[in-house]
Amino acid sequence: MTAHLAQLNIAAPVGPREDPRMAGFYAELDRINAIADGWPGFVWRLVDDDGADATSLQPFGGDIMVNMSVWQSLEALREFTFRSGHLDILRRRREWFRPFGDASMVVWWVPEGHVPTLVEAEERLDLLRREGPTPRAFTFRDPFPAS
Amino acid sequence: MPDLPDDQEIDALAALADTRRRAVYEHVAAAAGALSRDQVAEALGIGRNLAAHHLDRLAEAGLLDVSFARLSGRAGPGAGRPSKLYRRSAAEHAVSLPPRGYRALAEVFADAVEEAGVEPALYAAARRHGARLAGGPAEETLRRLGYEPYADGDVWRLRNCPFDGVARTHPGAVCGANLALLEGALGGGVRIDPGPGGCCVVVDRGTRVTKINGDLF
Repeated sequence: MTAHLAQLNIAAPVGPREDPRMAGFYAELDRINAIADGWPGFVWRLVDDDGADATSLQPFGGDIMVNMSVWQSLEALREFTFRSGHLDILRRRREWFRPFGDASMVVWWVPEGHVPTLVEAEERLDLLRREGPTPRAFTFRDPFPAS
Repeated sequence: MPDLPDDQEIDALAALADTRRRAVYEHVAAAAGALSRDQVAEALGIGRNLAAHHLDRLAEAGLLDVSFARLSGRAGPGAGRPSKLYRRSAAEHAVSLPPRGYRALAEVFADAVEEAGVEPALYAAARRHGARLAGGPAEETLRRLGYEPYADGDVWRLRNCPFDGVARTHPGAVCGANLALLEGALGGGVRIDPGPGGCCVVVDRGTRVTKINGDLF
């Protein structure tokens, strides 16, 4: 069975959508999502009822934003993250998001065709925070092969 | 902390002791793609056998990677034997006596920066550092700092990322610091525009180093 890679990212914005400090982020969002959608190895990403992105979903309470997606391989996600227009957003993230002081990104292997749920994703992030990187929940820094 | 450099590192360095072989290495390293023995021999005005000897010695030492391809573009019977091609290896070689481990410390610093969310302070420090390295035309400055620039239309693209290892583990912070450093060194005209390889920054070719003065930063 082919394994795909699921990814969750959570972020604490410096203000709500209409906050002028967030304007730069929202100005880039559609463009970056379009790059992801067309990137080799992209499979799926979470969208809200508007269907464009997941920014209106705040399943973890407070003002925490989520970003969840599935990729054909770790390499595909890594290339998109670091070798596309997304890199400049990563570079600028402190203009828009506060640091967590704890893991805010996790990846894990899923069977091909599986659409991860936010409950599942939260479990994986908790696991990473509790036990550090393991084959069930890890990061780019400490990757594990699909079993 | 690394131990004394191992035999492989010493061998890599020793392979470059011969000045003509070093010229072969530098020529291959500066090329956009892989080169054949004939191409290297012709470019350096040396015999094909001598070029082959140096190229193979460099490959043996781990400084060059070898591949095989038909240069003519033809395939099938009659296309001729594939040529042996050489390109610079991506493997890093560092020899430090006494042993130094700055890379490990860089990763620790980058961890701390990302956890604390103090990237803006990192970028400001990188910009100041860049300003101290400024001087001369952009291309010369980029070359001196190890970026290996090449012209691509209106911009310089940079074949080498001097911070490659730690840029892979901490791309947000390191590429941001790299951009700020180049902003400081070149006075502007730089932006992030990553391609499949090399450095993530491109530099406008119109860039001229502006006089760096104290109140600029």
